[in-house]
Amino acid sequence: MARYDRAITVFSPDGHLFQVEYALEAVRKGNAAVGVRGTDTIVLGVEKKSTVKLQDSRSVRKIVSLDDHIALACAGLKADARVLINRARIECQSHRLTVEDPVTVEYITRYIAGLQQKYTQSGGVRPFGLSTLIVGFDPYTGVPSLYQTDPSGTFSAWKANATGRNSNSMREFLEKNYKETSGQETIKLAIRALLEVVESGGKNIEVAVMTTEGLRQLEEAEIDAIVAEIEAEKAAAEAAKKAPAKET
Amino acid sequence: MECVFGMVGKGFALVVADTSAVNSILVHKSNEDKIMVLDSHKLMGASGEAGDRAQFTEYVQKNVALYQYRNGIPLTTKAAANFMRGELATALRKNPYMVNIVLAGFDRDTGPSLYFIDYIATLHKVDKAAFGYGSYFALSMMDRHYHQDMTVDEAIRLAEQCIEEIRSRLVVAPQNFVIKIVDEDGAREHSWRRTTRD
Repeated sequence: MARYDRAITVFSPDGHLFQVEYALEAVRKGNAAVGVRGTDTIVLGVEKKSTVKLQDSRSVRKIVSLDDHIALACAGLKADARVLINRARIECQSHRLTVEDPVTVEYITRYIAGLQQKYTQSGGVRPFGLSTLIVGFDPYTGVPSLYQTDPSGTFSAWKANATGRNSNSMREFLEKNYKETSGQETIKLAIRALLEVVESGGKNIEVAVMTTEGLRQLEEAEIDAIVAEIEAEKAAAEAAKKAPAKET
Repeated sequence: MECVFGMVGKGFALVVADTSAVNSILVHKSNEDKIMVLDSHKLMGASGEAGDRAQFTEYVQKNVALYQYRNGIPLTTKAAANFMRGELATALRKNPYMVNIVLAGFDRDTGPSLYFIDYIATLHKVDKAAFGYGSYFALSMMDRHYHQDMTVDEAIRLAEQCIEEIRSRLVVAPQNFVIKIVDEDGAREHSWRRTTRD
């Protein structure tokens, strides 16, 4: 096994590309990220590590705009993310230049996934160590989309998904609790999923909301307010569960 | 016979361009918009070879947008002007763009500004600028009547006087003109001065 995991271009006898799998491990160590698609809103949420007191948090934006109508969040190696995001931004403008039209969400996702795949089939390079969640509204049909890519270069569309640390717990939560939502309800669902694995509080999560008007980063105070709402709802649900038991 | 001119007023800048698209003796259309809205607070009036005009202005527009996504803030007018000049200069000794540009912009900290950029990559920051045969008349008119801190109405009246001069004195004068303005509220179309409908 040790012989087959050094170079990316070498398959192992049982059909694994170990470098790609190790890249996926790197993603699993990255911060938690979640994306939820609603009917008129798509929400991206990312875990923020609050241990860095002296750092200017405004310089570390984890949810970025690729174009007016497309946003991206990622989990994994942030330096790799910078490179990929830069290439994607160039492609968004290049597409506008050549065909006079903005990219669709699927197009740019396919482009990013294509880039990630290229690095799984070259000599002397390693794959990008990140998975991305790409959201946006189709500029022609207005349909909302959420896509995910990973280091192997595969991509697919999702109603809701999570990546990074504890993504399995978040995905389980989403599978159990997902329903078609819109507006504030979509934001709440995304934050609830994130709170399953992240310490509660506005300073530990970064949330951005994509609507047809564009991307809006939520203020810490706003997030705190929604978190408080969620906690209150949870407490009420707990109380309701306990109350009938007492009566018997 | 293309004509583009512009001027700076109090808190705004104006760009006026003719709207004819001509090939030899044929007028393709007389409502061709040659003043591109570069971003929310910049106007780029361009005259010259039609293909080069489209190619260069669109290229600049997309690069200005890319800068904004990468850096989170828009380019200043001065930076955009210098970027354009650099691109023209690089292409000059290989494959020059035959485009003359009047760039007008509004920056929050420095106010309105106007730049004269010609096809051989000359860059001048100016209060009034003009290109084409119409420049002989427009510049003379502006030299006579322009003063610092004009209001929008005064500037529009001066622009109209320039257009009148061009219409009456240029042998093959363009039929229609478009006026665009940029101020703190952004870049937008102001009005047209037509003699024919397309």
